[in-house]
Amino acid sequence: MRQFLIFTQKEFFHIFRDRWTMMMLLALPIAMIILFGFGITTEIKNTRFAIYDPSRDVATQGIVNTMEKNEYFTLEGYVENPDQIETIFKEGKIGLLVVFSEGFYENLVHTGDAQVQLIADGTDPNTASTITNYATNIIAGYQLELLKIGEIPFQITPEVKLLYNPTMKSAYNIVPGVIGMVLMLICAMMTSVSMAKEKELGTMEVILVSPMPPILIVISKVIPYFVISIVNLMNVLALAVFVLEVPIVGNFFLLVFVSLLFIFVALALGLLISTMVETQLVALLLSVVGLLMPVIMLSGLMFPIENMPIILQYVAQLIPAKWYITAMRDVMIKGLGFTSIIKEVAVLSIMALVLITISLKKFKIRLE
Amino acid sequence: MKAVIVQELERSYDKVEALKGISFEVDQGEIFGIIGPDGAGKTTLFRILTTLLLADSGFASVDGNEVVKDYKSIRKKIGYMPGRFSLYQDLTVEENLKIFASIFKTTIEENYHLIKDIYQQIEPFKKRKAGALSGGMKQKLALSCALIHKPVVLFLDEPTTGVDPVSRKEFWDMLDKLKHQGITILVSTPYMDEASLCNRIGLIQDGNFLKIDTPENIINQYENVLLAAQSNQMSKLLKDLRTEEDINTCFAFGDSHHITIKKESLAENGGNFSIDKLTMDLSNKGHKDIHIEPIKAGIEDCFMELAK
Repeated sequence: MRQFLIFTQKEFFHIFRDRWTMMMLLALPIAMIILFGFGITTEIKNTRFAIYDPSRDVATQGIVNTMEKNEYFTLEGYVENPDQIETIFKEGKIGLLVVFSEGFYENLVHTGDAQVQLIADGTDPNTASTITNYATNIIAGYQLELLKIGEIPFQITPEVKLLYNPTMKSAYNIVPGVIGMVLMLICAMMTSVSMAKEKELGTMEVILVSPMPPILIVISKVIPYFVISIVNLMNVLALAVFVLEVPIVGNFFLLVFVSLLFIFVALALGLLISTMVETQLVALLLSVVGLLMPVIMLSGLMFPIENMPIILQYVAQLIPAKWYITAMRDVMIKGLGFTSIIKEVAVLSIMALVLITISLKKFKIRLE
Repeated sequence: MKAVIVQELERSYDKVEALKGISFEVDQGEIFGIIGPDGAGKTTLFRILTTLLLADSGFASVDGNEVVKDYKSIRKKIGYMPGRFSLYQDLTVEENLKIFASIFKTTIEENYHLIKDIYQQIEPFKKRKAGALSGGMKQKLALSCALIHKPVVLFLDEPTTGVDPVSRKEFWDMLDKLKHQGITILVSTPYMDEASLCNRIGLIQDGNFLKIDTPENIINQYENVLLAAQSNQMSKLLKDLRTEEDINTCFAFGDSHHITIKKESLAENGGNFSIDKLTMDLSNKGHKDIHIEPIKAGIEDCFMELAK
């Protein structure tokens, strides 16, 4: 027991004495959640828009005013001539042009059919569709106001409502994903790198020629990263709640339980990588290419899995982070209970078990 | 019981045969030196004996334990110091020693007497990181770590490579003290001059032992007439000597060239070789300050002779 404790202490020394390792372990997750939460966002704020309005009546003015008041839009100015439309887009000044038909208000009141055209820059289709969605919602909202006043007799307005994330804040999507990414990074990458370091510097050679059982070497190697992962989990959750204002709707302990399970999987992956490589560089590359990239690309963090080609959809099922992120969204954002995430918990448990078994089997008691 | 028994040990890496069926035995309490150039198979042999590698065929045992089957018991009672510095560079001298003491389930205090002579020299720096030590001090720390659990057999793989001459001498003095405490020591080195400090040596080349004996016996069995030659143009001298018909071999050895004479050229065998004749020849070839004298063979001369 004493040998185990001293060995674990040694691992902590390695981490605490290297300033860059410390930075990477504790500051990076915080930087990541802030970057992803604020910087990299799918929300589009302050889109400049222009108006082409031959009518210039109460209704068009009302719509323009409402749009201007909205935080997503800033009025750039009016376009006087339809010929200017292309020029103004080419200059890149605006992201959206609102074109009203002639006699807009009259048409609206009398025939109930007034036309607005929304023109957006399609070179970035995601942004364009988001902007036009926002604008459509604003116009629909204005229509609703008119209806309440009773000036228009009858009107059916389709209403779109986004469940769980009514304001479409991207942080809701990002937070579970970033937690998954951070845990994968710290557990898997750092474990495999620190294990490879022992091999590379030759210390593994000396440790192996000792009565220390290999399993203890492995466990003492993993414990510090386990502890640091939990600290990071708490940090990121606190940031999510207090800074990004993403509430934890579901049970906190369930959340922690799922996270612990995921940490086990990630640690086991790190061990597996370390049994396959001899140098820190290869361990790093394998972790980044083999673990981090799939987490970003295939876990549903960035791109919806449903939109992927069939083969990639199958590949995505093998990625632990995919299951973790799904479970986290269910618990954290939707507030669902344990029964709703049984499938995810089961898949993660099996993955942890299989990975730990393989890596312990593959752990070399000799140099090769 | 022999401390180490090796029989017909073979080991290859892909196509390279590192050990080609070597056999030897080491008695308890002796310093056995394995002496040979880089790539001779020394490290492979050490790794097999320390249970870190598996041999392709053959048998090896350490203190009565077979290296494959009883690897666990061997790991408990041997000390191993690999060829390159393999301690934790970001930990202090004291922490390193403490870790190695604890993984062998002992404490520094318990076996302090064993390492006292060595450790005292680095103790003033015990709060220093191991990576910041000088080469000689690193070796002393590594030896302390390998000794802290009172091993029965100590395996030292090129412990003096890259260490300054003064530290090398100190290191060998320490090994001698350890031997007197009853620890069997297997040490490898590429330095031939260290051979005479061992009880017995094995000269190894290309995975084979050329000879295993005491250093004295190996030297006494050297039969050639050996001369040392110097002149004012040493590199030209090497070429010129090699073209001399009476001369069998000629190698550069530090500040002189060691030459052996063909048997049939010696006066006792009816030849007409003499130092004066050779001096004359060389001065005709433009050499000045020629100095040639018979010398006693060293281990390196024996190795050269055996390795032919």
